[in-house]
Amino acid sequence: MKEETLKGKLWTVHISKRDSNHKIGRYILSIILALFGFIQLYPLIWLVLFSLKDNSEIFGGNIVGLPEKFLWQNYSSALFNGNVMHYFLNSVIVTFSTIAISGLLACMASYAIARMKWKLSKTVLIFFLLGLMIPIHAALLPLFLILRDLKLLNSYWALIIPYVAFALPMAIFILTGFFQTIPKEMEESACIDGCSIYRTFYAIMLPLVKPAIATISIFTYLSAWNELMFAITFISKQQFKTLTVGIMSLAGQYITEWGPIGAGLVVSTLPTIIIYVLMSDQVQKSLTAGAVKG
Amino acid sequence: MDRVLRDKKAICVFILPALILFTVIAVLPIFFSGYYGMLEWDGIGQGTFVGFKNYINLFADNDVFIKAIKNSFILAGLSVFIQLPIALLFALILAYGAKGENFYRTVYFIPVIISTVVIGQLWMKIYNPSYGLLNTFLRSVGFESAARVWLGTAETSLMSAFVPIVWQYVGYHMLLMYAAAKSIPGEIYEAARIDGASHMKTSLSITIPLMQPIIKVCVTFAVIGSLKSFDLIYILTNGGPVHSSEVPGTLMFNTIFHKFMYGNGSAMAVFIIVECLVLTVIIQRLFKVEQITY
Repeated sequence: MKEETLKGKLWTVHISKRDSNHKIGRYILSIILALFGFIQLYPLIWLVLFSLKDNSEIFGGNIVGLPEKFLWQNYSSALFNGNVMHYFLNSVIVTFSTIAISGLLACMASYAIARMKWKLSKTVLIFFLLGLMIPIHAALLPLFLILRDLKLLNSYWALIIPYVAFALPMAIFILTGFFQTIPKEMEESACIDGCSIYRTFYAIMLPLVKPAIATISIFTYLSAWNELMFAITFISKQQFKTLTVGIMSLAGQYITEWGPIGAGLVVSTLPTIIIYVLMSDQVQKSLTAGAVKG
Repeated sequence: MDRVLRDKKAICVFILPALILFTVIAVLPIFFSGYYGMLEWDGIGQGTFVGFKNYINLFADNDVFIKAIKNSFILAGLSVFIQLPIALLFALILAYGAKGENFYRTVYFIPVIISTVVIGQLWMKIYNPSYGLLNTFLRSVGFESAARVWLGTAETSLMSAFVPIVWQYVGYHMLLMYAAAKSIPGEIYEAARIDGASHMKTSLSITIPLMQPIIKVCVTFAVIGSLKSFDLIYILTNGGPVHSSEVPGTLMFNTIFHKFMYGNGSAMAVFIIVECLVLTVIIQRLFKVEQITY
């Protein structure tokens, strides 16, 4: 009896020691996690801070801290004098046209590949998927020359057409996977009701793949909104500059004034951050969907 | 039903728009680039056909291109041996259910979705010799002598340009690995836990081996991404000073659009594609993953 309690006591001591080790471990882990979060986040917070300061404050020593006075006029000078507003609208036009056109084309192609019956469907799918591996470098000069000859340089189409083409592989990859999971009965009943194939596609199938359309839209949004190489090559006229090219000119224009540049950077990131805050899980899923399945 | 799904006309209507656009804009240009690479051409008039001269010249009398390739491999090495281990470590910590799992996962991912132009301009401010975050920090902790012109000095420009790249994408790899670690069924750990194995031990002997497929994907992405890197280097240093931070992407871009050597530049573009394909195959071979079934 006595011996047993002793044993029990020892056991408790052992456990509590393990627990406290565990606690210290957890504590250290939390610090490491927070530190890494700080490294990932602080530069962005710092960006917001200096977007609200003027040079005399930054150069006067307040580099890291909160602004003494919140200079919102940095934002108005970036938006209007720095043309960020204009670049922003161009980005909206290009990005949303890209999302709409690539989404539609990818849905149509994926439907034909995944649901319809023809010999080459597998081959065509593989052909599209090869596109996932093409670096855009190789297309840069040939596209530049094609667009030049078609007199399309410096237009919205100069960006929309390439963006759509390069968005297709990933979109088709995700959509075909999704179309394949839909039961055959959905189409069969539509067919019995006398729906044409176009109507079946439009009225029955498209609504069923909405989640996949959301995934590819986010993916396409991010790649079109953030794209740099095509944009700096195909657009040189102020009128058609999107944010990525525009920010480069803004940085040249305000080379020594930090505030307006910071404001421009914040404005061009805002839509992305809003989308991310509203649906962070969906964004994370979109960006990893390709990798996880592949 | 079958008849409707075999409708040749409908198949064409669905598939052709995407197929034609993708072929003309994304695939054919590769062959054009291959052909341009055999020309001596400044973009005006007709080029002269010179066979494989440009391709040979890339290596024969072009120290800069070899240096650029070397630099891109340094970046690949940094990504694989520094970025990926950090990503793996944090993925495992979060996957084991650390406090704030979702919060940190969301925070770590933020830099991934922000445009490279914004990240680039932001890091230029961080590296600013007089007022940047980095030098200010070094001075404030007493390392006055460590402060320097990070991007403008040949010795430091390469590493300084690479740090933001590693910083931006670490969250992406972390998320991929996290998702993979989470998808390993709990029962597998139970036996290990009953045997009293620590987290460290279960990670090394169970989790990481089971994560091999995703690690392969991450290594592929990290290496390919490094070989075709362009955006951040272009913004931060544009390959300079004196080519110290040159990568194939920036060199190709400047050869084509600033030196107007279309032939040479195209040869570089083709080399980048071939290099990416070859390395993808090599990495696949290196990871001879057996199919793992749970």
